[in-house]
Amino acid sequence: MTATAAVATPANDDRHLGAQAVVPAVGQIVYRGLLSLVRTPSTVIPIVAMPIFFTLAFSGAFSALVNLPGFPTDNILNWMVPFAVLQGASFAGLAAGFITGRDLENGFYDRLLLSPAPRVSLIIGPLVYSGMRAFLPLLTVVPAGLLGGARMIGGAAGYLVLTVGAVGTAICAALWGLGVVYRLRSQRAGALVQAGIFATLFLSIGQVPLSVMTGWLHTVATLNPFTRVLTMARQGFLGPVTWADTWPGLLALTWVGLALGWFALRGFKRLTP
Amino acid sequence: MSATTLAHVEPPRPDVVAQTRVLARRSVLGTMRQPASWLPAVFFPLLIAAINSAAMGKSTSLPGFPPVDSFLQFLLPATLIQGVMFGGIVGGTDVAVDIEDGFFERLVASPVARPAILLGRLTGSAVLGAVQAVVFMAVFMVFGARIAGGVPAMIVLIVLAMLMALTVGGAAAGIALRTGSQEAVQNTFPLIFVLLFVSSAFFPTALMSGWYKTVATLNPISWMINGARNLVIEGFSVGQAAQALGVAAVLAVLALALATTGFRKRLRATS
Repeated sequence: MTATAAVATPANDDRHLGAQAVVPAVGQIVYRGLLSLVRTPSTVIPIVAMPIFFTLAFSGAFSALVNLPGFPTDNILNWMVPFAVLQGASFAGLAAGFITGRDLENGFYDRLLLSPAPRVSLIIGPLVYSGMRAFLPLLTVVPAGLLGGARMIGGAAGYLVLTVGAVGTAICAALWGLGVVYRLRSQRAGALVQAGIFATLFLSIGQVPLSVMTGWLHTVATLNPFTRVLTMARQGFLGPVTWADTWPGLLALTWVGLALGWFALRGFKRLTP
Repeated sequence: MSATTLAHVEPPRPDVVAQTRVLARRSVLGTMRQPASWLPAVFFPLLIAAINSAAMGKSTSLPGFPPVDSFLQFLLPATLIQGVMFGGIVGGTDVAVDIEDGFFERLVASPVARPAILLGRLTGSAVLGAVQAVVFMAVFMVFGARIAGGVPAMIVLIVLAMLMALTVGGAAAGIALRTGSQEAVQNTFPLIFVLLFVSSAFFPTALMSGWYKTVATLNPISWMINGARNLVIEGFSVGQAAQALGVAAVLAVLALALATTGFRKRLRATS
């Protein structure tokens, strides 16, 4: 069943459609988004394979960094695994932009817009499947890291904040991808979307803590909201989970999500004059 | 004109050098006219160098780190190779584009000498590699990275960049000629990333540990980068220059062999 057929209802004005119409439409879009993982296995590479390789590569190459004064762990895997998870989650979110870009190019999105599916479901659907896709790096990179020697010191709370960080990152990445793709209406927007994500990830405390950074990067990483998200998500691997390291991350996810949500919504409205 | 006269007219001999020059010019111009294809190969290596330099600058004080002025100086050869490798993929992709849009078949049908078709493309990649090397060295020097080996070391680095452009361009062209697919060429990008990462490119092998250190030590990219790095850090030495260029030359020959066999297969398939 195609998404168009699935979301078609007798009504054609979403102002009169309530949650009863939104939920099944979102459900079908989510189903389609998850199905694309099976139909296009190569999309799993940046979500799973790249973060695992990244963990191995960074941990192997930069293992001596833990000897620098101020490095908060003696095991580089404890530092790298959460970063790799959030990296995979961000690519899980970017897929929303790629899928939407492809739909815009081949005309499928026009059919979605013409269908009586509530418009809001076209945004909520990709966000939901992006959040669900974020569990892929969580369920693969974390076990791989633990097998390699990483330790979850923070227990269940540590896993919880890591999960919140990963899902939140995926949703923010999806909003960013959608916002760009709605404006450029092409898969070729992918390069710009990826560049934004890479810049956000690497201009943060991804590789080293603030105390080890020098110069301009220290300033940029301090201002980068992703630093707060990473601090929250990573804390379980470095010690007990504390509220002081958690609330700034939650706050950062909230305001970045709202800002990118506004950005995506504005782009969506341009599609539907 | 009589038939007798016609019988004495010899067909023009293809001037391989001139044709290679024309096709190389086309390759360079074609790339330069599409900034979206070559800008990332210049911008991203510089961005990564800037980030790594600020993130890992303090690691130069770790015992076992080579005696460098700065992390930027340490990174110069790696950034140069990284940029050239990314750029080489562009050359290979262009070969696939020529196949996809039928230009390759038109070249084969024309009186152009066969070697010129491949040589032209690869010469174009090598020229772009040299330009990239000059740009990278200039930017690094502006930001304070000193090349201790002076002008001779710079010349070696430029030649090294050209050889690596030939290597990656040749390998990518080989894949393009076998598959005729841009996507297949671009899918080799992660492999290049892995080869470069599991080497001494971004951190000294002396400070690595375990299996990673073993693989990085055995990786020929490490031997090449170590040779080039010593020219930058310590000064010019014929031995180090030979090490860097020797490894690059062997890799280039292997890649050219791959490209040539791919080219022959494509010609057989086309004719």
